[in-house]
Amino acid sequence: MWVAFKWVLKRDLMLAVRGRSEVLTTLMFFIIVVSLFPLGVGPERETLAEIASGVVWVAALLASMLSLGRLFSSDYEDGALEQLVLAAHPLPVLVLGKIIAHWLVSGLPLVLLSPVLGLQLGLDGETLAVLIFSLLLGTPVLSLIGAVGAGLTLGLRGGGVLLSLLVLPLYIPVLVFGAGAVEAVRAGLEAQAHLSLLGAFLVLSVMLAPWAAASALRISLD
Amino acid sequence: MRLFSKDFWFQYASPKTFYPLAGKLIPWFAGAAVILTLVGLYIGFFVAPVDYQQGNSYRVMFIHVPAAWMSMLIYVVMCAYAALGLVLNTRLSDMMAAALAPTGAMFTFVTLWTGALWGRPTWGTYWVWDARLTSELILLFLYLGYMALRSAIDDPRRASRASGLLALVGVINVPIIYFSVQWWNTLHQGASVSLTSAPTMAATMFAAMIVMTFAFWAYAIAVALYRVRLIILERERHARWVVELAEQER
Repeated sequence: MWVAFKWVLKRDLMLAVRGRSEVLTTLMFFIIVVSLFPLGVGPERETLAEIASGVVWVAALLASMLSLGRLFSSDYEDGALEQLVLAAHPLPVLVLGKIIAHWLVSGLPLVLLSPVLGLQLGLDGETLAVLIFSLLLGTPVLSLIGAVGAGLTLGLRGGGVLLSLLVLPLYIPVLVFGAGAVEAVRAGLEAQAHLSLLGAFLVLSVMLAPWAAASALRISLD
Repeated sequence: MRLFSKDFWFQYASPKTFYPLAGKLIPWFAGAAVILTLVGLYIGFFVAPVDYQQGNSYRVMFIHVPAAWMSMLIYVVMCAYAALGLVLNTRLSDMMAAALAPTGAMFTFVTLWTGALWGRPTWGTYWVWDARLTSELILLFLYLGYMALRSAIDDPRRASRASGLLALVGVINVPIIYFSVQWWNTLHQGASVSLTSAPTMAATMFAAMIVMTFAFWAYAIAVALYRVRLIILERERHARWVVELAEQER
């Protein structure tokens, strides 16, 4: 089981490295969306610092949602997904491997890039650290929840738009507490409560999402 | 005793036997809905006293609170049917879930709309981004997502199972809405009615609210049964009994 898990993880990472452009597109999208806000709202430093956490979080949310389409679709098209479902190993474990690979490729780069964007928007010191930490806890949850939606909309016409309709409402709690953590620090409060809740979301979704995503895949491939 | 035998109840899990039963029940629930609504609105508008703080604007509560209850209850019932459909593979439970979704979405929308109308004179704003309002809005999105996913999939079997799974994932939101006023300090006030203590409002106000709740309940059942009959006809159109039914009605 462990071997199969590692194999899925390695295979997905290798595929992502070989097709670099897709990964970079997500990252570029993230940067461009964030840079649109100073142009639209105006370059006043105070205003930007006020909305910075929300802007970075919403951009991360959209970027991670856009990359979800890739999670299962190419495997679905070439039939590899069917082989995974038929494999002797428990499907949730294999799906978890795919989700982790997806996060390493599309979520982690956003986290690593976020301090630069935060600095551009006028965040500093502790707020920046909390922003990174909240994204580190929150983006895996986005990938995990998103996997359920990606499994359900597999191979449907207009799947992309439908996916956003299904997944974005479920993303809202993560957004509220992620951006809320940074806001709390800016207001001079502790971010611990928000971060603890994000951690709870992460634990809960690691536990439940792979099962839900696996049954979604079974339904879609039926 | 026929009423106590298992077969008597299980026979209604088949669309063929449920279809005429639903047809017989609809007039009763529809009639109850009309009468209870008239009674409830009469008590609410002519008998219940004017609130000393809010004046007459509080009367929208007689629609708002029952609609909010129904919006959550229908989602839970829908999930229960969806779960039954996923576990037991019964066609009818899934059809019931599908029939309930539009009514639930309607009640959620009514809740948000009447809440906005009430919030304007009382809070001075139509909308605040408060935990309960936001989570109710998410509930509306969940209903819409459920219906969108169902209509996007052509194969009825896959449609029912996929949307059922989605409904189950979304059910986490219902306790969040229900307890949001206790968990967060929000602008929305806490519940005035609970099962364990006496209601903190005048008896006539309480009566109007309860009557309206039962009216909405009867309405929801009547509409869901009506819709499920149409879904049965559509889904089972190749079955012999539907064909015979259509020939009889011609």
